[in-house]
Amino acid sequence: MFTIILYALTAALLTLSFIKNRKKTKMALKKAWKAFENILPQFLSILLIIGMMLSVLDAKTISSLIGENSGWTGVIILGIVGSITLIPGFVAFPLAASLLRSGAGYMQMAAFISTLMMVGVVTLPLEIKYFGKKAAFIRNGLAFVFSFAIAAVIGVVLG
Amino acid sequence: MKKLIKRYAAFIILLILNIAIVIFFPSIGMSSVKITWDNTLEMLSVVPPIFILLGLLDVWVSKESMIKIMGEKSKYIGIAIAFLLGSAAAGPLYAAFPVAGMLMKKGSKFSNVLIFIGAWSTTKVPMLLFEASSMGWKFTLLRLGIDLFVIAAIAYITEKLMKKDEIAELYERAENMD
Repeated sequence: MFTIILYALTAALLTLSFIKNRKKTKMALKKAWKAFENILPQFLSILLIIGMMLSVLDAKTISSLIGENSGWTGVIILGIVGSITLIPGFVAFPLAASLLRSGAGYMQMAAFISTLMMVGVVTLPLEIKYFGKKAAFIRNGLAFVFSFAIAAVIGVVLG
Repeated sequence: MKKLIKRYAAFIILLILNIAIVIFFPSIGMSSVKITWDNTLEMLSVVPPIFILLGLLDVWVSKESMIKIMGEKSKYIGIAIAFLLGSAAAGPLYAAFPVAGMLMKKGSKFSNVLIFIGAWSTTKVPMLLFEASSMGWKFTLLRLGIDLFVIAAIAYITEKLMKKDEIAELYERAENMD
């Protein structure tokens, strides 16, 4: 649905741009391709790493990693798993929901989802390319720490 | 040619590793190939419009107008736009970094760029709907509420910890990206 809106918006703006100035539009498309080609090697590497990682770290493995550790140990384990993995949302949420059903708590899921979204170890080289080492490390470090704060609040409210 | 191989070196090594896994551990290998394929299709479906919009933004939006809406003096408007831009996004976080680079090139304030990244990572509207359907609205809204503060906090702390000339260097790099 959102992809359709995104395409429609892009098509509309591209048409508008083309009507207003053909040369500029051509330049925009050239720049688009260049920006894409510029990070294509990183994109391809990330896709392969995600594929290999998720084939090993499936729902069963993750749930056995938490095992009986339902307290803070479970939170820390899932926080680390979330940081190093990169799972698309449409896989992550059903996974989290199934982990919840198999006995994990909301606190653990909050740590998992937060680090999954905000901390990206696999994408760090790409992030460094744009933000430099220092800012990238600070951002990921803060996101990691804050994820546990988020887990604590959610654990208190929903747990 | 040499340059091309160097750029793709990491990818080539990973590809060889993946092929080795397929040969020696067929069941893990095949599932990794399937996951990679699915993710590639997902990436290909959202990435073209993102980069075309990026190109259009580069050509049509002047640095002056971008500074006005997201620059040093943009205050709350800049923050709001950064949040909205990130939340309206589609696609994985790694697609956000080139957009962040473009925002920097056009003179957005660094903390606003970081807010944009934060919003893209956690408050994307399409994903929230999906999250609510599997985790429930209570969990989703609570997480969203906390995340809004966390995103802003991360952006401000990161900006504060960076020296002025370090940020200036990043902007110079963004300017020379293409």
